[in-house]
Amino acid sequence: MVCRPILARVFCAVGLATFAAAATPAHADEVNLYTYREPGLIKPALDAFTKNTGIRVNTLFAADGLAERIRAEGSNSPADLLIAVDIGRLQQAIDLGVTQPVKSDVLEKAVPAQFRDPQGQWYALTLRSRIIYAAKDRVADQALTYESLADPKWRGKICIRSGQHPYNTSLIAAYLAKHGEGKTEEWLKGIKANLARRPSGGDREGARDILAAVCDLAVGNSYYVGLMRNAKEEEQRKWGAAIKTINPTFDGGGTHVNISGVVMAKNAPNRAGAARLMEFLISDSAQHIFSDLNYEYPVVAEAPVADSVKSFGALRPDTLPLTDVGKNRKAASMLVDKVGFDN
Amino acid sequence: MTATETAPGTLRRAAAAFGFRHDHRPLLAVALVAALVAAPVAALFAIAAGAEDNIWPHVVGVVLPNALLDTAGLLVGVGLLVILAGVPTAWLVATCRFPGQAVFDWALLLPLAMPTYIVAYCYVDLLDSFGPVQGALRHVFGFTSRRDYWFPEIRSLYGAVFVMGMVLYPYVYLCARAVFLMQSAAVFDVARTLGASRWAVFLRVAVPLARPAVAVGVALALMETLNDIGASEYLGVRSLSVAVYATWVNRGSLAGAAQIACVMLVVVLAVVLLERFGRRHQRYVGSAHRWGEANPVQLTGLRACGAVLACLLPLALGFLIPAGFLLREAVALIASNGIGAEFLVLIRHSVTLAGSAAAIACVLGFLLAHAEQHARGPAFSAIVRLTGLGYALPGTVLAIGAMVALVALDNAIDAAMRTVFGIPTGLLIMGSGGAVIYAYVVRFLAVAVGTMETGFHKISPHLEMAARTLGQSRIGALVAVELPLMRPAVATAALLVFVDAMKELPATLLLRPFDFETLSTSVYGYAARGSFEQGAVAALAIVVAGFLPVLWLARTSRIPLPEQLGAPDAAIKAQSPAMNPTQSAAKLRRLGGLL
Repeated sequence: MVCRPILARVFCAVGLATFAAAATPAHADEVNLYTYREPGLIKPALDAFTKNTGIRVNTLFAADGLAERIRAEGSNSPADLLIAVDIGRLQQAIDLGVTQPVKSDVLEKAVPAQFRDPQGQWYALTLRSRIIYAAKDRVADQALTYESLADPKWRGKICIRSGQHPYNTSLIAAYLAKHGEGKTEEWLKGIKANLARRPSGGDREGARDILAAVCDLAVGNSYYVGLMRNAKEEEQRKWGAAIKTINPTFDGGGTHVNISGVVMAKNAPNRAGAARLMEFLISDSAQHIFSDLNYEYPVVAEAPVADSVKSFGALRPDTLPLTDVGKNRKAASMLVDKVGFDN
Repeated sequence: MTATETAPGTLRRAAAAFGFRHDHRPLLAVALVAALVAAPVAALFAIAAGAEDNIWPHVVGVVLPNALLDTAGLLVGVGLLVILAGVPTAWLVATCRFPGQAVFDWALLLPLAMPTYIVAYCYVDLLDSFGPVQGALRHVFGFTSRRDYWFPEIRSLYGAVFVMGMVLYPYVYLCARAVFLMQSAAVFDVARTLGASRWAVFLRVAVPLARPAVAVGVALALMETLNDIGASEYLGVRSLSVAVYATWVNRGSLAGAAQIACVMLVVVLAVVLLERFGRRHQRYVGSAHRWGEANPVQLTGLRACGAVLACLLPLALGFLIPAGFLLREAVALIASNGIGAEFLVLIRHSVTLAGSAAAIACVLGFLLAHAEQHARGPAFSAIVRLTGLGYALPGTVLAIGAMVALVALDNAIDAAMRTVFGIPTGLLIMGSGGAVIYAYVVRFLAVAVGTMETGFHKISPHLEMAARTLGQSRIGALVAVELPLMRPAVATAALLVFVDAMKELPATLLLRPFDFETLSTSVYGYAARGSFEQGAVAALAIVVAGFLPVLWLARTSRIPLPEQLGAPDAAIKAQSPAMNPTQSAAKLRRLGGLL
């Protein structure tokens, strides 16, 4: 009977764990943060907040399902705030009805209107642009448009991750909002025809494949360039060194930016603390941390930008409201399937 | 004691009494377990029913043609690969002696300890255009660019088949090995005396006899393949699970995703039932008597070399190479950063959660398999099958189902406590690790039940019948006869669930309490930041944590060799389902003495 002694111990442990660590009610000096963002990326800012205010921040990170968790937990939910990357995720939380509007003069003054919800349902914290990594030694172009990615001159020379990845879906959604379904479909087919390999991997793999001469152009987020060029791993620094960055624009528009942003949970037990954290995250010091450690653009126009981020070139964000991007994501995702982009 | 049992009836009548036809308590108990386990799936069906828009025209017209093709390719490929890697190695290790055989015996299980998506990362790093393998090729042949030569693309369907096949074959190996070890040598000897060559014995006797066990192993491997999202997506395979995920995350339709998942579930169920239907008239019972011990064949020369190579290849591809890669990264990391105290916390969390889940799944799995074995009613079988549903679902989707079910329970407890005592309890289960353990049990119970069923099939029902005629109660017979005989199966089940739970990611991520990290969530955290190499230490810890139980299992599930049978090690004897006639007789006499 192998199980008996082990079992006894285990049952005790389970019982104890269940009741000893049982959910603690909200304290005034604690804010509970659900995050789709890996906490390592925001921890330095959260630590600074705790140091400044004495308010502890408990985090729960998951790749999916946090908004669903808040909804299921209902009025017992311990969640105060939900942080997400990609406007789609924020929109989804709002659609699920798990958020509440936040009125704050500090937030409204600091965050440009384009990067917050008119009703205060969501606020952006940082910006990241979807740019083009180009082979330093093989691509002469200094400026490109998103539209030109479908140009046959790039046949067999483009790398990109799955069209169903939220970063790409949002880019396609923005294209859809600007050009309509027919043109977007054509554009996707054009890019598909230009691909050097089946869409896979992450954004960094694009840079890696450029170094390996698999492709000449790759679509990726801006901050990965900073992460690669400043990585501990020598390999990644090589990938970062092999590419130059091009901030592409839409024809007659600007560069597609996505955001990381925050919403307040509908039943937040500690609204005051949560609002303080939101305001702290758009303060100069927090914005600088994001820019310096994560290579993101601050959402606050006046906030200091880290030098490494400046090296990506001047950012001229497209003016299409992000809510329009959010609205078109579903149609974009279906188009990706329709043209068999990932197949 | 009922009249039927005390009457000097035949074994057949005793068996009828063991069927729970006149006693509904076991049925109720099993139904209760099944309800607990099936709750997340039920919640998922409820979510699926609440869809607002119809996703099917899009899914059927656009998504399915490709997703089905990729999924079918993946399943067929992985299925073939796990059989090819699992069955012959199991046969070699169980029936032959060659250099290293004792090590291969347990080492062939090691790939189980590797999380699939980690292996995928490792192989992409190794085999990608910029990896060391192609680098060496370029160096040797003087190629200057990737476009100068052909090299198989790891980020492809074939790559995914390779990665998953090499990680998942131990399910088949484990099940097949157990059968080959437990099979009466007499069967093989008879075949040999009738003129069959060793190959013929393997192909025409051993493999068909091992079919139910191999089917269980393949089913487990394929369900893991089917529910995988991480490795598939990374390697660029558009399987059904990836489609489920896109429907949910990109098109904001959890209900739609649940619908696709439910249909997948029904298909899986149909396939499993079909396989069972295919062997409905066959029953494989190991003889209580083992007429003579199997004589392992001593391999020498080229044959020994061949055997070593055949075992080394899957071991190297599924474990040594990726683990070596992780080890290199981990050593570099430890050299530069050292190991922090928080790392020990990760290990404690992982082991506690996985250990609890393994223990609970073992107990429930044993009870379910036992009930199914002894009650030949279709109701039982159907209920037991239901408990395995969780395994076939993509982990993230199942996690949502488990969450909805658990939170409903939590909120009910809270409401009751408020009304009755005026004390709000908040979310007790979700706020503790209990939710994660529950999700593990739901997800991996199929593994435990499957392994236990195979074990029970190898025990002659006559043994229990004899114990009952000698006056043992049902529980008494269970404890005195079946549990000791089932020890290898129990150990196997515990190991599989433990290792699977250590690796589990989506449910752990979603259902854990605040600021609670395990080894797998820590590895994922690094991967999410795009530097999975930095998670190498934690990934390696998962592997090591899986490694130790593998060693233990290898000791427990090993059937004693002939020379050991004389040793006064009652434990070893008791666990052997293949007792010699004298032992069986002695055991029955002891049972008789209990009267």
